[in-house]
Amino acid sequence: MFRTQEMEINMGPQHPSTHGVLRLKLRLDGERVVDSWPVIGYLHRGIEKLSESKEFIKITPFTDRMDYVCAMSGNLAYLGAVEKLCGIKVPEKAAYIRVIMVELNRIASHLLWLGTHALDIGAMSIFLYGFREREMILDLFEAYCGARLTYNAFRISGVPADLPPGWKEECTGFLKLFRQRHREYEQILTANRIWLKRTKDVGYMDAEHCLALSVTGPVLRAAGVARDLRKDEPYAIYDQLDFDIPVDDGCDTYARYIVRMAEMLQSVHMVEQCLEKMPSEGPLMGMKGRRMKPRKDEEIYFAIEGPRGEQGVYLISDGTDRPYRCKFRNSSFANLQALAPMVQGGLVADVVAIIGTLDIVLGDSDR
Amino acid sequence: MGLIEGRMHPGIVTTTVDALFNWARKNSLWPMTFGLACCAIEMMASGASRFDFDRLGVVFRATPRQSDVMIVSGTVCEKMAPVLKRLYDQMPEPKWVISMGICSTAGGPFPTYSVVQGVDHLVPVDVAVAGCPPRPEALMHAVLRLQDKISEMTIARSSSSSSLHLRA
Repeated sequence: MFRTQEMEINMGPQHPSTHGVLRLKLRLDGERVVDSWPVIGYLHRGIEKLSESKEFIKITPFTDRMDYVCAMSGNLAYLGAVEKLCGIKVPEKAAYIRVIMVELNRIASHLLWLGTHALDIGAMSIFLYGFREREMILDLFEAYCGARLTYNAFRISGVPADLPPGWKEECTGFLKLFRQRHREYEQILTANRIWLKRTKDVGYMDAEHCLALSVTGPVLRAAGVARDLRKDEPYAIYDQLDFDIPVDDGCDTYARYIVRMAEMLQSVHMVEQCLEKMPSEGPLMGMKGRRMKPRKDEEIYFAIEGPRGEQGVYLISDGTDRPYRCKFRNSSFANLQALAPMVQGGLVADVVAIIGTLDIVLGDSDR
Repeated sequence: MGLIEGRMHPGIVTTTVDALFNWARKNSLWPMTFGLACCAIEMMASGASRFDFDRLGVVFRATPRQSDVMIVSGTVCEKMAPVLKRLYDQMPEPKWVISMGICSTAGGPFPTYSVVQGVDHLVPVDVAVAGCPPRPEALMHAVLRLQDKISEMTIARSSSSSSLHLRA
């Protein structure tokens, strides 16, 4: 019999597949992971503290820079919270534009996840394909708000501008193309034997443990729980749209892949409906001027379903035009807690797959 | 430090060797994938299908030992600063630094307790790119400017120092 010795190694903070600056301390017994401790804080920028000294409207750009892969969702979550705090109504047309942007951003975010996740596991080509389509979405965003990544596209009570001329047609063309391209991804990966070997039964976590760790989003839905705030607590105009919530009960990395792939198609379906149903005329902003007057000592929590899960904002007002406390409940931070139990007992090579499947953004978790 | 640097006075030999060295160096700039924050996503987009940095000889490497240029893309936090310095020290000479985005150049919109207000406090920066985040075209421009800078390098002995010297 050989005697083996346990060894502690660092993975990160500079590692090509930790998706940013996550540091993972691993205790290994040969190839097996005995224990692990995620170390975060390498991207802590003090956004919450900084927000306390800014007016409400000036905090929106920070929400772009927290979850920079889906900045539109960040904007919507924060602005939704401010609108709830001040009791502002958003015009219907503005709500439609917001949902179009957020759902397109969800596709872009999932494409980035697909590309990097597959790249980490070893499938290089899907990264290039995914980024090809992602660039098309970024072109649409650029035509609308001028930015590729940090949009700051919405304002309190609405959106600053109507869709530019020709945008709808561009978008419809993209959605049509995307359905074809989505089939290509499926052909490359879904029945690929290597992909199945690397993802099936890797990173298993059942519904009970997911709920205990407050894991949300596709990770929870891949454990068989149909929790989606777009259906459960509809915000914006989601109650007027017809869509399904993809659920799988595989509880593993492959099930999460299936769920996210199906979500992309649902998003396409939603954007198509929005483009059709959107009123052609109507106001874009629900209030005039920019003075905010929330009531004193009011506390609210508002959450939306981001691409990674529940994306919430908790605001306390002291009656001034700045928040007394601005707390962001970000899904990456909560989902990161699932990492340690998932990698335990697995192989070192699977750690990379599990980090990819959780789809964490470190700017989101460290803030 | 190479063996022949700083040994000869400027002349026909040094200019010929310079031409060869600089041609080789500037056309195979291998950056280290040093993604810190939002700019890292744009850096990835630069390497991906549309912008395709491979055609400039820019191939991303995952280790400092094999790379020539460090693209600091994103906010450098106090906790990350020692890591960044160590990785820079691990890179072999000659090496260059591109500071991508306003966060790494000057702290950006985060004047807080945890953010290093400019990566030039830690490592010498050759090219700084403006933007939050800069577009891939801007990063490409930075790479081209760095290539210009490299083509000015010489192995000849200089009056100011014995190290690798850049003519202004």
